[in-house]
Amino acid sequence: MTDEAQDIIGDYRYGFHDPENSTIRFDQGLSEQVVRDISELKNEPQWMTDIRIKAYRHFVERVMPEWGNCDLLDQIDFESIIYFLRSSTKTEKSWDEVPDDIKNTFDRLGIPDAEQKWLGGVTAQYESEAVYHSIREDLEEQGVIFLDMDSGLKQYPELIKKYFGTVIPHSDNKFSALNTAVWSGGSFLYIPKGVSVEMPVQAYFRINAKNMGQFERTLIIADEGSSVHYVEGCTAPTYSTDSLHSAVVELIAMEGAKIRYSTVQNWSSNVYNLVTKRAIAYKNATIEWVDGNIGSKLTMKYPSVLLKGEGSHAEVISVAYAGEGQHQDTGAKVHHLAPNTTSNIISKSISKKGGRSSYRGLLQVTPKSTGCRSKIVCDALILDDDSRSDTYPTMEIGNSTADLEHEASVSKVSSDQLFYLMSRGFTEDAAMGLIVNGFFEPFTRELPMEYALELNKLLELEMEGSIG
Amino acid sequence: MAEEILRIENLHVSVEGTAILKGVNLTIHRGEIHAIMGRNGAGKSTLANVVMGHPAYVITEGSIFYKGQPLEELAVFERARAGMFLSFQYPAVIPGVQVGTFLKKAVTSVRSEAPKGRAFRKELTAAMEQLSMDKSFLSRYVNDGFSGGEKKRLEILQMLLLKPNLALLDETDSGLDIDALRIVAKGINEVAVDSACMIITHYQRLLDLVKPHYVHAMINGAIVQTGGPELALELEDRGYDWLDVTA
Ligand SMILES: Nc1ncnc2c1ncn2[C@@H]1O[C@H](COP(=O)(O)OP(=O)(O)OP(=O)(O)O)[C@@H](O)[C@H]1O
Ligand SMILES: [Mg+2]
Repeated sequence: MTDEAQDIIGDYRYGFHDPENSTIRFDQGLSEQVVRDISELKNEPQWMTDIRIKAYRHFVERVMPEWGNCDLLDQIDFESIIYFLRSSTKTEKSWDEVPDDIKNTFDRLGIPDAEQKWLGGVTAQYESEAVYHSIREDLEEQGVIFLDMDSGLKQYPELIKKYFGTVIPHSDNKFSALNTAVWSGGSFLYIPKGVSVEMPVQAYFRINAKNMGQFERTLIIADEGSSVHYVEGCTAPTYSTDSLHSAVVELIAMEGAKIRYSTVQNWSSNVYNLVTKRAIAYKNATIEWVDGNIGSKLTMKYPSVLLKGEGSHAEVISVAYAGEGQHQDTGAKVHHLAPNTTSNIISKSISKKGGRSSYRGLLQVTPKSTGCRSKIVCDALILDDDSRSDTYPTMEIGNSTADLEHEASVSKVSSDQLFYLMSRGFTEDAAMGLIVNGFFEPFTRELPMEYALELNKLLELEMEGSIG
Repeated sequence: MAEEILRIENLHVSVEGTAILKGVNLTIHRGEIHAIMGRNGAGKSTLANVVMGHPAYVITEGSIFYKGQPLEELAVFERARAGMFLSFQYPAVIPGVQVGTFLKKAVTSVRSEAPKGRAFRKELTAAMEQLSMDKSFLSRYVNDGFSGGEKKRLEILQMLLLKPNLALLDETDSGLDIDALRIVAKGINEVAVDSACMIITHYQRLLDLVKPHYVHAMINGAIVQTGGPELALELEDRGYDWLDVTA
């Protein structure tokens, strides 16, 4: 993250929108009937309808979180959101079949191009459902299942019934309840025993309509000894009214399996991004969350890992950028539930122009988890007086054999630093950029090379699609 | 007569509402070295900083001209690009930014084009050798964990690379050991031949090595006495009380 870091801080480039050509568009607002309609429209099995209804009722009863940015949360008007919007009747296997407007958008976002270059499969979701989906033949031949969630439910109902909601129950929080009630789209990915998927698979989520609510649901199961790298990206047009993105992502890594889940979230600044992400790692399994939060109005997202099996490992690496009108409330939760489990959490955030970033972390070590190790490093950089950064670390340590390290720093760009650089010919922006790069430097150094490259690549991918 | 580089007229400056400079007049031509001496808190750094354009310092009266152009029109980075340079009394730390990267970018900004890779490396190596700076400095972070003397050397290294027309050197000698002082003085003399130089110092030992054409004594935000090199010797001998009308 060198000059890219600087670029990100520029203007939002994905704020354009297409004319809305929906084939099915629900009225704004939420009710039990809306939930039933979604399920019926999708021809779902009764058990799924039942889960949805149960979740909806829980959502209605559940109060808003009383922590985080309550002011912003309370401004969400659930009645103004559109809960289902279908813009293409089918999920196509060829970009040529995708409606022109939509295809154009994904072209501008650079998706087909990236697919050619370095992806093993792509799902492109537009509003509520996937409009394009493909997977390389060789992966299919090895038994890899990569589908949008709706197709997944149709084709593999038993698998989904077995695992859906087992990592994140609908009652986990208000937004997981909402997602479970009205979910649509998302990915279903299954990697058979012993299969290593070398090229990453990607899902791209695009909101186009005003007041849209996008509730994708993702389930990834890596069977014993398998490995996969899943990448997601997201953008939306800039509107004066709010949109809501509330996803649930469940990962299951069986014995010896490895899942890396990378996100670059670049929603426009009118999108609420309230996402629940959690993984279970069985014996000697590895879960890696690599998370870049650049966009949105308010993001609340704390990728979690339950280290259930002995010797399992978690990495949570996140970068957040909070600009004008943005609050990135992000973090990580790791639960050490078995012996000799290890975790590594690195978080870096930047706040600028009145932006606010919060790190919220939870580290739990149960009495059973003997000999575990954890290292947490979180650094925040504040670029000006109007911006803010807070850290809320929580540790629940239930055993004395744990080897724990925790480092945190908050630094602020001083007028003396800026003056020093400007006196060497740097403009104010260039000086800021240099300081920001400097802030990331040790991070990209500390990280294994592959992560550094990875974040760069993801950000470049974002930049490649630069528009205007 | 040589070209006028800096002209300060009746300059009044305040910081956070407190008046610090109270009517400074000073003109420096190309090829001239001016030393400014004065007690702690007299306003010497304030003068250097305000010339360079530090936003904390507010000009309440008077003006500053660089090569005849009023400076208030120029942003800090434009002053640097126009050939002004300040060697800081307390250089800022820029964590995570390697000296090598920083120097290259600074030179690129000031010369408004990227220097040729190999030519630049040669120039850089020569300047570092001249200042007896080890190559390993290039991969360290700017001023991060630098000793006092190392910071000052890095300032002079920048000066050698940026080749300013106006060099403002704020206590560049403090913190330097005897050998380093000699090395740094040589660097200053090189640049001073063809530029205007303002040297803020407390000690004669630098002025033995960098011969000033003029020495100014600053008391309470104003220059109260100007003389030749002999004034520095006198100040070292007698202190500042004899010049201070309020004392
Ligand atoms: N940013 C600032 N905020 C508040 N006061 C300041 C600031 N900068 C300078 N001052 C005050 O202005 C006065 C002059 O400071 P200045 O740094 O110019 O002194 P100096 O002559 O360079 O002293 P020294 O020899 O100790 O370096 C001091 O009283 C100092 O405390
Ligand atoms: Mg000073």
